[in-house]
Amino acid sequence: MTAAAAAPPSAPAALPALPVTSRWKMALSCRSGAALRKYLLLLAQENCEFRLPEISSLISLYGGNINNIQEDHEQSPFCVLNIPYEDLARKIMHRTVCAKSLFELWGHGKCLEELKESVDSYPLERMVPYLQPNSTYKICIHSFNKTLTQKEKIVKIDAMEFMPFQGKVSLQNAEHIFYLLEDYGPDPNTAPKEPLKIFFGRWIADGQRELINSYSVKKRHFIGNTSMDAGLSFIMANHAKVKSNDLVFDPFVGTGGLLVPCAHFGAYVCGTEIDYNTVHGRGKATRMNQKWRGPDENIRANLRQYGLEKYYLDVLVSDASKPIWRKGPLFDAIVTDPPYGIRESTRKTGTQKEIIKADQFPETHVPVQLTYHLSDIFMDLLNFAAEFLVVGGRLVYWLPVYRPEYTDEVVPRHPCLKLISNCEQMLSSHTSRRLITMEKVKQFEDKDQFAHLEDGQYLLYQGHNSFREKYFSGLTKRVAREERARAEEQNCCDFSSTKEQPGV
Amino acid sequence: MKLLTHNMLRSHVSGVTRGFPLIIRADEVKLNSVDFNREFVARMIPKLEWEALVQSAESVSITYLGHGSDLPRELASGYENDEEFLKKVHHVLLEVEVMEGALQCPESGTEFPINRGIPNMLINEEES
Repeated sequence: MTAAAAAPPSAPAALPALPVTSRWKMALSCRSGAALRKYLLLLAQENCEFRLPEISSLISLYGGNINNIQEDHEQSPFCVLNIPYEDLARKIMHRTVCAKSLFELWGHGKCLEELKESVDSYPLERMVPYLQPNSTYKICIHSFNKTLTQKEKIVKIDAMEFMPFQGKVSLQNAEHIFYLLEDYGPDPNTAPKEPLKIFFGRWIADGQRELINSYSVKKRHFIGNTSMDAGLSFIMANHAKVKSNDLVFDPFVGTGGLLVPCAHFGAYVCGTEIDYNTVHGRGKATRMNQKWRGPDENIRANLRQYGLEKYYLDVLVSDASKPIWRKGPLFDAIVTDPPYGIRESTRKTGTQKEIIKADQFPETHVPVQLTYHLSDIFMDLLNFAAEFLVVGGRLVYWLPVYRPEYTDEVVPRHPCLKLISNCEQMLSSHTSRRLITMEKVKQFEDKDQFAHLEDGQYLLYQGHNSFREKYFSGLTKRVAREERARAEEQNCCDFSSTKEQPGV
Repeated sequence: MKLLTHNMLRSHVSGVTRGFPLIIRADEVKLNSVDFNREFVARMIPKLEWEALVQSAESVSITYLGHGSDLPRELASGYENDEEFLKKVHHVLLEVEVMEGALQCPESGTEFPINRGIPNMLINEEES
């Protein structure tokens, strides 16, 4: 891999050494002067909705223009990028967990003839450095939704003979690796005999898929009931454009699973969590065959496990609804997974004498905890992000939704925050969670904290306050439960006098 | 608790106006060595409340060194290129940790305990 990654000498001087056919000469004379180059991304067929937002976030992180992505269709593993230079492409591959590999696209078409034509029109001087007589190369085949036999592959490789390869074939240590990629359509069961689309290009780099395995929650020391899957946590850090020397905050930090990928990308991390025992790594264990948490089960030890302790700032016991931070744009990114009340409860501190938790540990200071309405959690979170993010900083969080009632309008908004992407992950047939990415686009002013009250948008998500009930109820039981919830709500004296039944 | 975190925290006791900086009571202080990252320190300095940092470094270093800190009272211009200075700031921000003690609200006197290096910012509304 390293040998292939070494930059080849660009050698226009070596041009005459090649037997340049008239066809090639033509290609050379009418070479395009376009500044953008085409690269082909091979995406992993997992978390499909999250892939292009990840790639566009990374392009924008490294200063590229995000309008330069050509998407085939949402489920396709192939995606063409038009970017000005290879270095940008490499940087993206250094971060992505959604893309498997990246190729410099030399040609594509619906059949071999079309591919040939396409490769012919690719600027020769960009190919020559990789076709030198003293170099080694190999051609690999990747077929999507069809398994090819070794014999079929060899036939396809032989068909590439029209390329003026000068180097020696080396299967073990090829300097230059070329790929023929074939797309047999979306369904492996009805794959056609011949591919629908063929691509040919030079392999440049692989993505960071191995992080999903090396950071697997299974092998992590300290985890909780709702620890984020490693792949998704890296996707979140990428959506958030987390970079070296950033300060990243998670207000619902739990066992710190979202701080890990941020620290991996060189950001300094901190978080708050309302549960004293979680922060101190005490109490019941999450793993099946372990009753109590062992010593050193904490966020800091987790980062240490990955050699990232130097990026640990602090984790505090605190209530995300309380203003514990000095006012100002302190954080470069906020990445969080607020509790939805399913496997972790939604709580905030307050006064209500009935609910008092027993003191399990003497020095534990456990104030009274109240349920924290989901819609309040998200409005508070947006307000917090609007105030404490730097301009250009991103908020990335999960919003649980009840699918039959979901519309894009229920996603909370804020005048300081621009919605960048909204990707769904199914939880059950009628519930899902959406990964919301927002970017701070203007300075926070005092009037902005009441923004949600003005436009009435606040009320839209309120229908999801009973998300927990809806999650556990089937569609049929729902109506009965809603009736009951409505009756309860009317009975309880709530501080918000303006409460209305949401019209979702 | 690192002093960088302290520099960003304030008291949220109801009725306080600024609530910053919290007064540190350091019963136990630990020094952890952390890799020096010049770029990060230089990036953080403009975000800091410098006076509060000097003050907190002062109060904590008396506990662990028996003398004051040597951070300058005023932030000199061109500090980005002063390696010695950046190293001092790095040490104060990231390597000094209050393990046991408390943070006290400068206005109401409410205490937020620090146990095993972790501040507890919860307030029992019943108590206050």
